[in-house]
Amino acid sequence: MSAVAGTHAQDHHHGPARGISRWLLTTNHKDIGSMYLIFSFTMFLLGGTMAMVIRAELFQPGLQIVQPEFFNQMTTMHGLIMVFGAVMPAFVGLANWMIPLMIGAPDMALPRMNNWSFWLLPCAFLILVSTLFMEGGAPNFGWTFYAPLSTTYGPPSTTFFIFAIHIMGVSSIMGAINVIATVLNMRAPGMTLMKMPMFVWTWLITAFLLIAVMPVLAGVVTMMLMDINFGTSFFNAAGGGDPVLFQHVFWFFGHPEVYIMILPAFGAISQIIPAFSRKQLFGYASMVYAVGAIALLSFLVWAHHMFTVGVPVAGQLFFMYATLLIAVPTGVKVFNWVATMFRGSLTFEAPMLFAIAFVILFTIGGFSGLMLAIAPADFQYHDTYFVVAHFHYVLVPGAIFGIFASAYFWLPKWTGHMYDETLAKTHFWLSFVGMNLAFFPMHFLGLAGMPRRIPDYALQFADFNMVSSVGAFMFGATQLLFLLIVVKCVKGGEKAAAKPWDGAEGLEWTVPSPAPYHTFSTPPEVK
Amino acid sequence: MRVHAQRVGALLGGLSFPALSMADWTVNMTPGVTGTSNDIFDLHMTIFWICVVIGVVVFGIMFWSIFAHRKSQGAKPANFHENTLVEVLWTLIPLVILIVMAIPATTTLIDMYDTTESDVDIKVTGYQWKWQYEYINEDFGYFSNLTTPKDQINNRQAKGENYLLEVDNPMIIPVGKKVRFLLTANDVIHSWWVPDFGVKKDAIPGFINEAWTRVDKPGTYRGQCTELCGKDHGFMPVVVKAVPEEEYNTWVADQKAAAEKERELTQKDWTMEELMERGEKAYVTACAACHQADGSGVPPAFPALKGSAIATGDMAAHIDVVVNGVSGTAMQAFGGQLSEADLAAIITYERNAWGNKVGDMVTPKEIFDYKNQQ
Ligand code: HEM
Ligand SMILES: [Cu+2]
Repeated sequence: MSAVAGTHAQDHHHGPARGISRWLLTTNHKDIGSMYLIFSFTMFLLGGTMAMVIRAELFQPGLQIVQPEFFNQMTTMHGLIMVFGAVMPAFVGLANWMIPLMIGAPDMALPRMNNWSFWLLPCAFLILVSTLFMEGGAPNFGWTFYAPLSTTYGPPSTTFFIFAIHIMGVSSIMGAINVIATVLNMRAPGMTLMKMPMFVWTWLITAFLLIAVMPVLAGVVTMMLMDINFGTSFFNAAGGGDPVLFQHVFWFFGHPEVYIMILPAFGAISQIIPAFSRKQLFGYASMVYAVGAIALLSFLVWAHHMFTVGVPVAGQLFFMYATLLIAVPTGVKVFNWVATMFRGSLTFEAPMLFAIAFVILFTIGGFSGLMLAIAPADFQYHDTYFVVAHFHYVLVPGAIFGIFASAYFWLPKWTGHMYDETLAKTHFWLSFVGMNLAFFPMHFLGLAGMPRRIPDYALQFADFNMVSSVGAFMFGATQLLFLLIVVKCVKGGEKAAAKPWDGAEGLEWTVPSPAPYHTFSTPPEVK
Repeated sequence: MRVHAQRVGALLGGLSFPALSMADWTVNMTPGVTGTSNDIFDLHMTIFWICVVIGVVVFGIMFWSIFAHRKSQGAKPANFHENTLVEVLWTLIPLVILIVMAIPATTTLIDMYDTTESDVDIKVTGYQWKWQYEYINEDFGYFSNLTTPKDQINNRQAKGENYLLEVDNPMIIPVGKKVRFLLTANDVIHSWWVPDFGVKKDAIPGFINEAWTRVDKPGTYRGQCTELCGKDHGFMPVVVKAVPEEEYNTWVADQKAAAEKERELTQKDWTMEELMERGEKAYVTACAACHQADGSGVPPAFPALKGSAIATGDMAAHIDVVVNGVSGTAMQAFGGQLSEADLAAIITYERNAWGNKVGDMVTPKEIFDYKNQQ
């Protein structure tokens, strides 16, 4: 790839505005990216605090710390905040920062909309979090908010929850449009689609998923809104409605949603592993096709979340086969990562440690997914801690480790300093041990018969719950270390070179570190 | 494949995890006591071992790279980055494995769905937060409530052996017979699960789902509600007792007689004391989960009855709320759930307990008339 002329000449143009208006009014993709990332981390800590409440209550059998009503609010808010507040905005933040740098564009295609889509988020979450203080409490029906528990039987704050979801949806859709417009229109000359970095590819596909399913989510919450406030009966059996319809619509959104939370991490990992293996990504084309296949199949598997609701047997079989099928492209990706490492020249800086843990632990989550896909077996697993173990294995060492790996990988580019490697490795190892301690025993609990979403449990579940809580506290506390590392890195540290990782490739490494406020005003040439 | 999986399962249970014999550190699913649950267990073990084998191969190669291809060991990167043959193989081999896996899964699933030719039919209805079992061919039914004392839950008393998994009236089924469950719910979605049977099915308002089981071994089998159904989701266990057929038949006869007696109670003349006594007991099982034993409720979701306008006001309005429920709230219509005697007793109790001193009473006969004129 060619060097970039003209990036340095931009300083006379204009730098960031001063004071608060820089952040309120900014249309700069780097500022907006940073705001998304900071917001996401804040939500991560908030959602994490709720997880600590949950694990503290489950430390021992009996009710000690919270009552069941509040426990249900905690599980619900934890899920909603982690999914919509922590994971999704973190990826949008990474997209904002990195996509223009990776494709040689000066900014996102729609910078004003970019500002708007960010600032909607704090508003949405202010509304959502404020429900905790309302009469009747916050939403308490799980992040999947099944009707009629969330409609006829929901707390008064449900309407606020619906409004918050609508705003988040608008924000996500605008973010997705922006990514698509940027990637399709603003690539540097010579960068064909099949030359795009994997992170850009996975985000492009994620953006299409978002545009396809966020309106479905908006639809389902709107139907709830009507049922609650305007006397309709979409989901109310007494009025001739259908509670199962809710689940079909929700999971038609919900399953693609889980891929929305993992595909960008796939992309980032596909760039980090080659960098620290000093070897080109194995099977680039098949990686792209695999992501495409996963995205398409993700629309055809939703009812695997509904094996016990009484779908006719032919439907069960269809959804079982389709779900098994999705494991094939997922497998291809894992094999490609391993083949990339094979006969490379490996080093193990923090981004690589997180990436390797990603591959191993995400695969374990994939395995339990495969087990869950076997419909008859799912009758035993469903709604037990086995499912909780499954999705935490794909989301924590999957999505979250993917985000940490990305953060460490690109922090030198963002701040101009190297982060403290020793602290980062400590962060990794404590997270790794804590996370496995917290979530692995959940497989055992589920297989032994512990249902999910209960504040108290029978005595045979006591031991593993205690282990799990200890692991969770360890994982939770460790995340404060990440805050420290980032603050330290922003404030100072060893100067980072334009390309601090000798094996890294891509246009982002051709601009200085920290990346100037404006980059690629003149498009680079890609050969 | 089945025998094989069972052997492997025994190996896993017996060798790798000696702790299995201690209930507390159980790490695997139990095979259960029915054909279905055994089939499921075999599927579970088969897919588990497939995953283990794939894992060993993939992680093995990965750890080999981490070990042998380190830069610090002087490894120089190779520069291959694709290989069509390998890529086709690792797409096709998993596909074949999955197809092989799908075959026994399909057979089991079809068998699980075959609810025909049952010997006993039981209608299971989920309520917030208890189960109702109706033996639809025998004309009787009853509720099954958690019996674990609040003091155990709140750590004021040592927890019993079956903490949270014990009920007043378990479901009783005969061994060796095909029992069909017809599942539905009265309010929100619940899910009825007995792990040892391999039966889990959602109970959904407005729908009737079917499931079945055939248990050969007499015993008590315990499970829980597995679909989040509100505040006391964790406190509505499922207990099923499988008994020999003669015992079952005697029990059915007793239940029918008791149901007949219950109907007679409606005609009996009741005194205030009798109603209050019966009312207190019935209140604790049917109402206290929300309104609390001392009538203080959990406002705003569950209003206090102590000193409430309804419980101390007009009798007709009070009867209406209890019998017909309040739509759009968690207050259910108890008219169909409780006997006339219990309804009359509870209403009388609510009007005269915890310092509520209305002083009046309503008889089961009046409730009967009220329900019938509606
Ligand atoms: C090999 C790929 C995968 C397969 C075959 C698979 C299969 C399944 C199945 C069958 C369930 C339903 C289990 C039940 O409720 O009984 C499930 C639940 C779930 N999966 Fe996966 N999964 C896979 C990958 C993923 C990924 C990549 C993610 C997200 C990053 C994910 C996130 C979830 C979540 C969040 C749930 C639970 C949702 C809830 O009920 O709250 N899964 N998965
Ligand atoms: Cu899914």
